[in-house]
Amino acid sequence: MDKGKRQGQGKTLKKVFRRLGRYRIFVVLSILLAAVSVALTLYVPKLTGHAVDHIVGRGQVDFPGAVRIMIQIGVCTLVTAFAQWLMNVCNNKMTYQVVQDIRNEAFRKIEILPLKYIDSHPHGEVVSRVIADVDQFADGLLMGFTQLFTGIATIIGTFCFMLSVDVGITLVVVLITPVSFFVADFIAKRTFSMFRLQAEIKAEQTGMIDEMIGNQKVVQAFGRGKDVTERFDEINERLGKAYLKATFFSSITNPSTRFVNSLVYTGVGITGAFGVVNGSLSVGQLSSFLSYANQYTKPFNEISGVVTEFQNAVACAQRIFELIEEEPQPPETGDAVELTDVRGNVRADDVSFSYEPGQKLIRGFNLRVEPGQRIAIVGPTGCGKTTLINLLMRFYDVDSGAVFVEDTDIRDVTRRSLRAGYGMVLQDTWLKTGTIRDNITMGRPDASEEEMIAAAKASHIHSFIRRLPKGYDTWITEDGGGISQGQKQLLCIARVMLCRPPMLILDEATSSIDTRTELKIQAAFAELMKGRTTFIVAHRLSTIREADVILVMKDGQIIEQGDHESLLAEDGFYKYLYESQFERGMDETPVRRQTLTR
Amino acid sequence: MKSLLVYLKDYKKESILAPLFKMLEASFELLVPLVMASVIDVGIAREDRPYIIRMCLVLIALGITGFVCSVTAQYFSAKAAAGFGTGVRHALFAHIQELGFAEMDEIGSSTLITRMTSDISQTQSGVNLVLRLFLRSPFIVFGAMIMAFTVDVQSAVIFAVVIPVLSVIVFGIMLITMPLYRKVQSHLDSVLLTARENLTGVRVIRAFNKEREETERFERENQVLTDAQKFVGRISGLMNPLTYIIVNGGIIALIYVGALRVNIGDLTQGEVVALINYMSQILVELVKLANLIITVTKSVACGSRIESVLRIRPDMKNGVRTWQEPIPGTSGAQTSGGTPSCDLSAPAVEFDNVSFTYKGAGAESLSSITFCAQRGQTIGIIGGTGSGKSSLVNLIPRFYDADRGGIKIFGSDVKEYKTEELRAHIGVVPQKAVLFKGTIAENLRWGNESASDSELYRALDIAQAREFVEKKEGGLNFQIEQGGRNLSGGQKQRLTIARALVRRPEILILDDSASALDFATDAALRNAVRSMKDNPTVFIVSQRASSILYADKILVLEDGEMAGAGTHRELLENCPAYQEIYYSQFRKEAANG
Repeated sequence: MDKGKRQGQGKTLKKVFRRLGRYRIFVVLSILLAAVSVALTLYVPKLTGHAVDHIVGRGQVDFPGAVRIMIQIGVCTLVTAFAQWLMNVCNNKMTYQVVQDIRNEAFRKIEILPLKYIDSHPHGEVVSRVIADVDQFADGLLMGFTQLFTGIATIIGTFCFMLSVDVGITLVVVLITPVSFFVADFIAKRTFSMFRLQAEIKAEQTGMIDEMIGNQKVVQAFGRGKDVTERFDEINERLGKAYLKATFFSSITNPSTRFVNSLVYTGVGITGAFGVVNGSLSVGQLSSFLSYANQYTKPFNEISGVVTEFQNAVACAQRIFELIEEEPQPPETGDAVELTDVRGNVRADDVSFSYEPGQKLIRGFNLRVEPGQRIAIVGPTGCGKTTLINLLMRFYDVDSGAVFVEDTDIRDVTRRSLRAGYGMVLQDTWLKTGTIRDNITMGRPDASEEEMIAAAKASHIHSFIRRLPKGYDTWITEDGGGISQGQKQLLCIARVMLCRPPMLILDEATSSIDTRTELKIQAAFAELMKGRTTFIVAHRLSTIREADVILVMKDGQIIEQGDHESLLAEDGFYKYLYESQFERGMDETPVRRQTLTR
Repeated sequence: MKSLLVYLKDYKKESILAPLFKMLEASFELLVPLVMASVIDVGIAREDRPYIIRMCLVLIALGITGFVCSVTAQYFSAKAAAGFGTGVRHALFAHIQELGFAEMDEIGSSTLITRMTSDISQTQSGVNLVLRLFLRSPFIVFGAMIMAFTVDVQSAVIFAVVIPVLSVIVFGIMLITMPLYRKVQSHLDSVLLTARENLTGVRVIRAFNKEREETERFERENQVLTDAQKFVGRISGLMNPLTYIIVNGGIIALIYVGALRVNIGDLTQGEVVALINYMSQILVELVKLANLIITVTKSVACGSRIESVLRIRPDMKNGVRTWQEPIPGTSGAQTSGGTPSCDLSAPAVEFDNVSFTYKGAGAESLSSITFCAQRGQTIGIIGGTGSGKSSLVNLIPRFYDADRGGIKIFGSDVKEYKTEELRAHIGVVPQKAVLFKGTIAENLRWGNESASDSELYRALDIAQAREFVEKKEGGLNFQIEQGGRNLSGGQKQRLTIARALVRRPEILILDDSASALDFATDAALRNAVRSMKDNPTVFIVSQRASSILYADKILVLEDGEMAGAGTHRELLENCPAYQEIYYSQFRKEAANG
């Protein structure tokens, strides 16, 4: 199991490196600069050692020699500092570039993910992959670069320098130091699963926080604050334990490596001191050795820190790549045609569809729509009315059978041209962050001011917009804050009024608008629907009655199909629905009389 | 930040021991160069091998004690931080659950979620770091300087110069970059917003073929973010080279002064080595200290954001009146226990000249509303969007307090009741159908924890939900996903209605809660509610005239004012606002018919 995980990590790293490829120059430059700065950094202790040898004791100081060395140290220092700075710039650049690329890649993937994925994954989770995980990954990557290169270069450099001074002591250092590396690796491997567990519990907790604080009012209305808090505490306790474990065990790394360092230091001290006593070494050389021992072990410490961070980063990268590698919606075939000259011929041939394999929702559905016809979809709540819209717009693909527009299978046309043929107003109003103008002209950014205002007027939202302090340039925030549900829906209607596509889909398009306003925009709607194939999902039977074809749905099935008169004559489910609108005996209201007179 | 520290109270021992052990470790570390100096000056100078071995054993002993101290410290600090995080999370979560509707409106749930998640994590790691490093790093920096002074005062003056210069560079760079990092954060936020929008608005974006534009927008924002990140990176990248120059400058100076002092015999060679060692130690710790300070400032900022939430006190005062079944024949205003209870013979709900304004809103949402609902009556409330329908019913369970006027529930002012008692007898079905992750049964039992399965089914029957629930896999034990994603809008609505019914409420409030239901289901639902055995007082808020046609009393609202009240027939005769609504929904049919 451990091996599998490691392999997974290896694969992830490979993907990271592939994305690094574009910035090869910076990688190479960074490595070169690391080598230069490390070499010089290491040369300085050697110089310092020489300097110490020039100041042996009272009256035994070689001033000109010492000063010469001091100048050398100064020059080395300046060059090193410059190289370090340049290296930082390189690392910065490539890290943030890679991160930018990955984010863009992830976002482009979001844009082509099948609706099925988006509908079935919590949005917060997907967003956190694009934002939080990438961020964490960037930190790990940057840290990895800045410290890994210099670290490795330092280890190699120090090794060479030490060899050039004394082989024996070098052996002592080289033999003891890897211990710290093994210790660090050992700890990192064991803590990886702890961090993962912690992350999982945290995700669970975040989900619950989202749910319970997002809907705090409901919790409060039912006086469930205490119970909810108890459930929260249970997760919280688990999180606390996981945090303690992960944090403690990972934090042992530093002390352990420091301990190994002190062993190295002592080892160098003792062999070095004996060497000086034997006359094979000078005090200055011992001093440089001590400092090398420190330099040599430091990267090992840092690398172990980097390893922990890197583990974390790789775990995050894994999650990002999971998203990036998610199966996209079926790509358009090369010979997908642009749907032009849409007149509104829609046909469904023996269509079957289900969200979950095995659970047939729509079976053997047939429909033929002539240009300009109005198709109403009615049925009890949850009968699958919106499913049809999902298929028409090709948000989902049919399992078998086919949907045709202008006698072309919609899977053979570009999604772009298919969707451009439809204007859609959904019950779930959605506006994007931006100005009101941006939102209305979403379908036709090139629309003129007059056209936009005309659309807003037709949707009876113009006077409201005009009263806003900044009018059409009023900024709408996420979720359209500040304007009511009904006004949002009016804006969505204006959005469609402006593009005037050949076909319309209205899914409960006026559900949030009060009936007086609705009555006022009916005229505009009627004018819009004229000559356009329209699919309407509605509860209001008055809207439905005027449809050319009424599809009566129940439990995902289309059980009746026909116009109002024929369906009533059929005396089936539609009749039951229709009459139940005016339930129990009313003798004097005009409503009842109407139904009777029909 | 201070008030959060109480959550460390149970970890007093850990919070004191952790830094203490760290300090011990640090002092052992400071001794090392001195031991080495004596190895050079005594062991080597006198060629005393046993002395060298002894000193090296001392070094190993220092290493082991240092290791033990450090691990102990890490454990204590992790434990304290874990306890702190858990404590703060619990406190904040429980506190948020206590906040009223008015406070929730004011703060907004998304901010609260951030406070609950990232802010607490940030504070927690701050606590952990402080416990580990706050004593250690300064101790080593100043310890090294003090040690240098004990070795040689004149050379130590170099330390007194180098340390302030280093501090200026390190802290200066941090001061400059901190606001820049904040800017990066805000760029990151807008990238996040775009990503989220493209998920929530995926249907519209694809319907309008906006994928390319949205990708461009995202890439633009991402570019701005990257540029900002690179800019900060370049500045903070100056830190290492600059400090390196300073430290090496210090070492050159040490060699120079050392050479002078050794020449006149005031200093030994070993001591010069020790001084150089101390100089290199300072830098590492100073950088750690600076990083620590950044984390701490961030944590303190996050901590005070958490505190500001904890400081918010719900401004609603709880009453004392309980809700008890009255003893038959008495008014029930006084019970044997002495706590006053409600009077079920009084009108169920009475509004007397009630006005209400949302916090921060310019205009009143309700103005001078007066009406009276008798027990068992059905009250319909109708009006356009924003006419104040929901505001009105929200005052009944005292989700908000009215600014003026009095609201009486069964004879007593709402403010006199204990709110939990009051709400336990009112079933509310909010406009937005919200269900929680868990089984259907668990969700329904929100209404009443002790309800039996048959009671749940009774509620499902009334809510017209039994049929679809029974068809679901597992029936009552069907798992609802977070946010009720695996249910349709209408199914969710019916379940929220059933949830309210499970509590067998005295007063049932349906706040436009049948909007996703078709007419047949809506009608069946109203019929079932009307024939309920408990005979609750029902408030139906709706935009559909057909939903409230049969109410005993209909309240017509227009811009927060009562435009009319009475039965359907009365209103149709003398209330123009009602006529307009009604005919907008039914006249058209007559015309077409």
